[in-house]
Amino acid sequence: MTPLLSVRNLKTHFFLDEGVVKAVDGVDFDVFPGQVVGIVGESGCGKSVTIKSVMQLIQKPGRIIDGQILFRHHDEAGRETIIDLAQLDPHGKTIRSIRGAEIALIPQEPMASFSPVHTIGDQIMEAILLHLDVDEEEARRIAVERLHEVGMPNPEQRLNAYSWELSGGLRQRAMIAMSLACNPRLLIADEPTTAIDVTTQAQVLNLLLTLQKQHNMAIIFITHDLGVIAQIADFVVVMYLGRVMESGPVEDIFFNPQHPYTKALLESIPSIYAPAGKRLPTIEGSIPHPFSRPSGCPFHPRCKAFMPGVCNAAIPKLKAINDRQSVSCFLYDHAPAIVEGS
Amino acid sequence: MSDKFSNKPYLLEVRHLKKYFPIRAGFFRRIVGQVRAVDDVSFAIREGETLGLVGESGCGKTTTARTILRAIDPTEGQILFRTAQNEVVDLAALSEKEIRPLRRDMQMIFQDPFASLNPRMNILDIVGEPLLVIEKMKDRKQRMERVAELLELVGLRPEYMQRFPHAFSGGQRQRIVIARALALNPRLVVADEPVSALDVSVQAQVLNLMKDLQEKLGLTYLFVAHDLSVVKHFCDRINVMYVGKIVESGPTDAIFFHPRHPYTSALMSAAPIANPRIRAKIVPLEGDVPSPANPPSGCYFHPRCPYAEEKCAKETPQLEEIAPDHLVRCHYAHELTLQGVAKPQEIIAS
Ligand SMILES: Nc1ncnc2c1ncn2[C@@H]1O[C@H](COP(=O)(O)OP(=O)(O)OP(=O)(O)O)[C@@H](O)[C@H]1O
Ligand SMILES: Nc1ncnc2c1ncn2[C@@H]1O[C@H](COP(=O)(O)OP(=O)(O)OP(=O)(O)O)[C@@H](O)[C@H]1O
Ligand SMILES: [Mg+2]
Ligand SMILES: [Mg+2]
Repeated sequence: MTPLLSVRNLKTHFFLDEGVVKAVDGVDFDVFPGQVVGIVGESGCGKSVTIKSVMQLIQKPGRIIDGQILFRHHDEAGRETIIDLAQLDPHGKTIRSIRGAEIALIPQEPMASFSPVHTIGDQIMEAILLHLDVDEEEARRIAVERLHEVGMPNPEQRLNAYSWELSGGLRQRAMIAMSLACNPRLLIADEPTTAIDVTTQAQVLNLLLTLQKQHNMAIIFITHDLGVIAQIADFVVVMYLGRVMESGPVEDIFFNPQHPYTKALLESIPSIYAPAGKRLPTIEGSIPHPFSRPSGCPFHPRCKAFMPGVCNAAIPKLKAINDRQSVSCFLYDHAPAIVEGS
Repeated sequence: MSDKFSNKPYLLEVRHLKKYFPIRAGFFRRIVGQVRAVDDVSFAIREGETLGLVGESGCGKTTTARTILRAIDPTEGQILFRTAQNEVVDLAALSEKEIRPLRRDMQMIFQDPFASLNPRMNILDIVGEPLLVIEKMKDRKQRMERVAELLELVGLRPEYMQRFPHAFSGGQRQRIVIARALALNPRLVVADEPVSALDVSVQAQVLNLMKDLQEKLGLTYLFVAHDLSVVKHFCDRINVMYVGKIVESGPTDAIFFHPRHPYTSALMSAAPIANPRIRAKIVPLEGDVPSPANPPSGCYFHPRCPYAEEKCAKETPQLEEIAPDHLVRCHYAHELTLQGVAKPQEIIAS
């Protein structure tokens, strides 16, 4: 099967006066139709920049400097062509026809993405009118249907509500309704449940999975919460400092992790089933500042398996180690390295 | 179970604590209502124990914590605290001046290690501030010695003393916050979401540190958190709050695996478990948390409760002991069989 989205060696850097922030520095992953891909990683590892790059939403001083973002695009005549989103003009017609229609985004700050001066209904209808060839009455009907689908009580009435009048959970539902307005084939959700409570989170995750099946869409789900990843993802991409450390099916990532970072991260989270009071295994040190990126493998200063002269000398490439998992680590592969500065 | 502590005396006993915030409106700022942020809360913590406080956003966890430390004044109720001299005093009845000498015994660790440190003060001044202000330790050299000791205690190099907060990572800043909280040898430490703002890879370091310090210094913790796996790992007993009230209180394992209140059950079965083979087949709780300014009649949980009967809308249930050390606020607690966090063996069996 051809992937719906295929990101290859994506590099997005920010050129600041103080120096270059290599926010995304060689990221590879695929998303297949109908698949839920979870991208997990700690704060600042480049999750949001990766998906903003996919949507061509990177603003100056940031720039995609390398790589491909291949997407199976359906043009107006319904023909499928594979286009490289990285090559598109961020303000051009093509990306605007894709954004919101074929690929929808639930951004990290949902409050910021609703306008406070327009009603929820106006905003959902606007998205529909922009992308679908329908009249206002039909757009209203679709908007009500979407709100109903996401479990919004009294959807007709809620068309007239403002986002700030809704509770956190309902606002998140309205956000999902808006993102689904045009039946996207790919939904990207950037930490959609981070600011909400556990029980509301469970509602939203259930809802997303139900809608994903109904619409047969693919989802890229971004979070730093390994619990949420375990609950929702089919396939997991583990990021650290702008690079993919490991990727694979959710079962393999949790039960057979290969990269020392994935292993250490999973060990360091407390388990609900472990007897109380045990000390937790830790990862020493902390995430370095973006300006003081380590040479070689970005994880090497904190890695228990650090091999001097190897891990700090070159960056390991992401390579398949079996028919499911890929790992970027010299423990598994000494040959294909990227020499620094090349 | 918490047998480990049953022969220890209570360090803190909170009785019928209430904190209502007035809602003002109009030109004359008249009081038009009350936010019942903490609404008749009672619980006790024994010396050396860790009591967890969990519940959804806005249920009153922070307000409870701050009221106990008299950072804000309670509306009603008693806060009985056992002093180092083994006297029990009611903090709620004391004036600010009378509380001051007790302040050293009770310290707070806040959620955000970035906001809770003054960026213009160096680490020596930040950690040494309580020594200067409360201990009146005027001698700078003496203060430096004590700060060096404290930094070592929390695993930071004493040489860092002259640096400013921006030079530290999140985990290191939280260590600094902890060092400051420990400066006066407190006996009660109230930690409000101490690891929530930290990266996953750093959380474990801080949790281990807090555990080690508890053992070394005999600290008693009131631990507020929303991450249920962290609470499960860290706490001996747990209070579950809903709209300003405690709905269930008991030993950690009982709360997680054998909850007796329908809200606790919903909360526990919604916990995202870091195991893809345990995908909860739960029916998530519908509806939203009611506003503490306008709570429902009877049991506050009845509009969302799958087991609610007529009585629940009419009568407010009381907190009742259902098993040793296990309290529940539900009319039907004796009749219901509830689900907790799914256990791996149950999943395999089903
Ligand atoms: N506009 C910008 N200018 C400069 N640096 C930026 C900008 N946006 C992001 N960065 C940097 O890029 C890196 C990756 O940021 P990104 O927002 O992708 O992280 P993230 O993984 O989404 O983190 P979080 O979990 O905190 O949302 C960080 O070091 C961040 O400081
Ligand atoms: N100073 C205040 N004035 C008015 N209302 C307040 C004040 N402080 C808190 N509240 C209200 O009291 C209730 C309880 O708030 P509190 O901060 O204690 O909740 P919490 O359980 O700590 O929530 P979170 O998990 O979001 O931190 C909320 O409805 C809040 O809006
Ligand atoms: Mg982000
Ligand atoms: Mg709080």
